[in-house]
Amino acid sequence: MADKIKVGVIGPGNIGSDLMYKIFRSKNLEMAMMAGIVESEGIKRAKGFGVPTTIEGVDGLIKDGEDIKIVFDATSAAAHLKFNGPKLKENGIVAIDLTPAAIGPYCVPLVNLDKLADEQDINMVTCGGQATIPIVYAVSRVAGAEYAEIIACISSKSAGPGTRANMDEFTETTSKAIEVVGGADKGKAIIVLNPAEPPLMMTNTIHVRVKDKKVPFKKIEKSILEMVEELKSYVPGYQLRVPPTMDGDRVTTIVQVEGQADFLPAYSGNLDIINSAAVAAAEKIAEKMLAEGGNK
Amino acid sequence: MKNRRVKLVDTTLRDGSHAVRHSFTEKQVAKIAGGLDRSGVDIIEISHGDGLGGSSYNYGFSGTDELKLIKAASKEIKNAKLAVLLLPGIGTIADLKKAKDAGAKAVRVATHVTEADVSAEHIYAAKDMDMMAVGFLMMVHMAPVERIVEEALKMESYGADYINMADSSGYLLPEDVAARIDAVSKAVKIPVGFHAHNNMGMAVANSLAAVEAGATYLDATLRGLGAGSGNTQLEVVTGVLKRAGVDLGDADFYGMMDVAAEAVDPIMQRPQVIDNGSFMLGYAGVYSSFLLHVYDAAKKYKLDPRDILVELGRRGMVGGQEDMIIDVAYQLSQKK
Repeated sequence: MADKIKVGVIGPGNIGSDLMYKIFRSKNLEMAMMAGIVESEGIKRAKGFGVPTTIEGVDGLIKDGEDIKIVFDATSAAAHLKFNGPKLKENGIVAIDLTPAAIGPYCVPLVNLDKLADEQDINMVTCGGQATIPIVYAVSRVAGAEYAEIIACISSKSAGPGTRANMDEFTETTSKAIEVVGGADKGKAIIVLNPAEPPLMMTNTIHVRVKDKKVPFKKIEKSILEMVEELKSYVPGYQLRVPPTMDGDRVTTIVQVEGQADFLPAYSGNLDIINSAAVAAAEKIAEKMLAEGGNK
Repeated sequence: MKNRRVKLVDTTLRDGSHAVRHSFTEKQVAKIAGGLDRSGVDIIEISHGDGLGGSSYNYGFSGTDELKLIKAASKEIKNAKLAVLLLPGIGTIADLKKAKDAGAKAVRVATHVTEADVSAEHIYAAKDMDMMAVGFLMMVHMAPVERIVEEALKMESYGADYINMADSSGYLLPEDVAARIDAVSKAVKIPVGFHAHNNMGMAVANSLAAVEAGATYLDATLRGLGAGSGNTQLEVVTGVLKRAGVDLGDADFYGMMDVAAEAVDPIMQRPQVIDNGSFMLGYAGVYSSFLLHVYDAAKKYKLDPRDILVELGRRGMVGGQEDMIIDVAYQLSQKK
């Protein structure tokens, strides 16, 4: 059997459970611990798959989890800031932060993971950020981006209480990451919840005002289409709804994200894409660890 | 209804902003806000049509920074309360703080009728800043009365000072309005208000029905300036309510008519009538501010705007989803 890097998940809720299913599929990650704070459904689910569990949170994971090298934090910003982030760092465990805490740099795997391979704590931005920033970057890398705006629409059913209580966190974090990672001078993010039944797939509209108006549209289009293909490698349900168009200096495209329905329903493409990005990031980091001496 | 005090909320400088494609200038705002204040309206709402932070590709860029406009209005207002609109997901608490510094005294926090819980953090923040906070439920034709009551109760629990219900598509008939106002008024301990659109020609009638059913706050705009075929016409509904014996405080509809003639008529980009597209908004139950964006998309993709509107209604698109107009137009153009 090929070597695998042992990983843990803190927070056995919807996100944590879906992460677990994705980790099961991974060729170089081993699901070595699910950490919660009570005997929840999520803990029972993990146990059912034979995954070691703890209900002592990050402390239990550090105490009982042998050789865990990477941990996904699917709790809350406050928990990551105060406990999980600092404790993982102390113990030399790489943290993949799915909360809005953002102690470490933003990570959008296809754009900047290569630069973050030595970081101890990387932040996965937001679901909307994972779905749109690669496209912003695809435009900015060939024609620059003076301004980029994204509109993320997610179904009401896939917006949990955390998202609902923190709408500003979503817009502010995504706007900032559009600039820092996407390469736009100015970013703006909008989120809309839609309660239609059956629930709508996650859709995202991306507008970019290019800097260099002399770059031919064909070149921008090609860059976007290549990015979409790359995204599909870890988010198979990612597709263009409206292909790129150009109007003056504005490039517009609309994408849809259908989830893989691992643990969450297919319409929860928003949760699928942030989890898929997190696992993709962990796999890259694990590859590097394995190359440097494996799970020793 | 007789002798009951009803408060007028003018939103010419907010909902009306859609009708002028967010091109208000400081000069225009000063003139309109000053005139409204002298005409005795209780609350004057100003901001981008889609609320604070609405200036964007999606909703249209503001010609003048809305903070400058808020300041310009604030300078002219002596009696009325200056309010702004905020849609969580578009505007943020940081935007609200800036609006307050510019002179806003109240905020109306608007969510889709079934999503009241996204307003909690913004209502708390407004109360922390000593601002009046209004819980504003949009698209109230899209949910049954019992559900609207649940959502209104949530906003009340966050600390809202009153609940405003918006018939954002101008879809409702007077009896539907009365049922909603009546049920919510009975369920909450705070006052209730109503915001109409005129897409089916029902704005004044629906406003009257709302007041009859117990509404205490009523939204209106000069000349009806607003998204779609516009809102309840302020100067008209003031006259109607006066005749019905409602107490409107110091409201002076001669003053309103004068400011409408002097400051609003000259800047109107199109007559605020029920054209084909506007009527279809009401009939299909589509968010009123989609209208001008639908006309733009219909032109670009060579489609009948009515087909786009009907499809948007069928898909259950909600306020703020202007981007889906492009999506629908593109999909329809592919079918041709």
